[in-house]
Amino acid sequence: MTLALNIFTVLAVSAGTFFFLAGTAGLLRFPDALTRLHALTKADNLGLGLIVLGLLPLVERSFGALKLISIWLLVQLSGAIVAQLIADFVRRREPLS
Amino acid sequence: MTLTFIFNVVLVALLLTVATWIIVARAAFSAAVAFVAYGLLLALVWVELSAIDVALTEAAIGSGVTGMLLLGAASRLRETEATAVPAGRPLTSAVAVLCALIAAGLAAIVLFPPSIVFTLAPQAMARLPESGLGNPVAGVLFVYRAFDTLLEKVVLVLALVSVWSLAPDRFWGGVPGLHVYQQPNSVLTLLAQLLAPLGIVMGIYMFWTGANNPGGAFQGGTVLAAMWVLVMIAGLQNVPSTDRRALRYLVVLGPSIFLTIGLAGFLLANGFLAYPPGYAKPLIIVAEAALTLSIGVTLGLLTAGPPERVAR
Amino acid sequence: MMNAITLFGLCGPALVGLGLFGLITNPQPVRKILAFNILGSGTFLLFGVIARRGAAAGLDGDPVPQALVITGIVVAFAATAMAIALLLRLFEETGRASLNSSNPNNASETTDAS
Repeated sequence: MTLALNIFTVLAVSAGTFFFLAGTAGLLRFPDALTRLHALTKADNLGLGLIVLGLLPLVERSFGALKLISIWLLVQLSGAIVAQLIADFVRRREPLS
Repeated sequence: MTLTFIFNVVLVALLLTVATWIIVARAAFSAAVAFVAYGLLLALVWVELSAIDVALTEAAIGSGVTGMLLLGAASRLRETEATAVPAGRPLTSAVAVLCALIAAGLAAIVLFPPSIVFTLAPQAMARLPESGLGNPVAGVLFVYRAFDTLLEKVVLVLALVSVWSLAPDRFWGGVPGLHVYQQPNSVLTLLAQLLAPLGIVMGIYMFWTGANNPGGAFQGGTVLAAMWVLVMIAGLQNVPSTDRRALRYLVVLGPSIFLTIGLAGFLLANGFLAYPPGYAKPLIIVAEAALTLSIGVTLGLLTAGPPERVAR
Repeated sequence: MMNAITLFGLCGPALVGLGLFGLITNPQPVRKILAFNILGSGTFLLFGVIARRGAAAGLDGDPVPQALVITGIVVAFAATAMAIALLLRLFEETGRASLNSSNPNNASETTDAS
């Protein structure tokens, strides 16, 4: 059972890291601010979610699992809102043609 | 060459890269953004050094509040950057050699440590159970070196008074010029409404659990300050004018109560900031609670800056 | 004999050197304040390594230097807040954010704006 859980952890964390890498590649390679925001928020939320999912079997008490999930939710909340604010600023400064 | 060691090597390399970027970046705003990232990486380094309280303080105060101040300053001073004259090449080379020598000297301290490691950990742990605290860093901060903590809080109040005194005379007692986000009912309002209650609970929890786990008054107070600043920036609450009596009482509440407890040590125990046996933990908790509140208000006001318009 | 603690112990002096270099050579005051913070954090890291090496009595690190670093971080923030307030006030008064006083266009009528 623990072997299966460990394999699940490794797979989930690796998938999450892959999404973080994809998001960073998008940050570096996309041409303008709005597309970069898109890459960052999508990839990082999914990446963090997969990592949290992968770490859940390693937590001893359920309170720790609740803390991990609430970390993911808080990062999603702040990430989404910050992305909205940045996109709003970019749109005001350079109106879409 | 374990995996942890490789992780630490990568962490240090990243840290030094970001620090170099801060020094050589062209625009001050980019450097300030990099500084926030630098602070978070540094917090990871502190966790690796088994200093969780320091990691919390670094992430909250060192990276968070300081970064916020620096970002604000960098954006306000953006147009002055064009006129800056960089130092000449010979001066830069000489300074680089000097800094390399200083760094090498400090590195020698690390690479050739004394044969006897002098540590105060046994003495710190010896009488910690008498104070009722479980966190040795809290024990050092509030029992063994409580004088330093009292002075540290007074330094914060002095810094606040100094920042206020930098306002022009006609604005003394006015409203700080915190830049409020001018779009009402925006997503920032949503964030403030959702995050502020959670943040307040987290701040109080961090203060409360600091007695036995990593945490404490400074870390919790900083989270409270951040929530207050978020609520003010989102426009949900007005920035208070600095002559409001309740505000000033809150700022001095922490150090006053701490000082009172310290002076009471002359009567109840055997000296300044000495605790009577058995009553140490309640006194420390009361002092820490007042300090958390004061630190929250003081840090929020330090972030808001000097008064820039007259109170209505 | 390199282990992770020695690695961090070398990172601290490197940050001190970087911060000192930025503090002296960069002409803009905001960059000087940034470099000063890096210098401070490098010093604190040195404290942290000494604390980690003093692990004893069941603890992972000597708590006294750790408490000193916490105090230092708070005081460094207070100093930074004051420095930035001074800098912004200088900018409001003179329109420049420079510590260079040999500028011939220096506005000499900077009276207290009361």
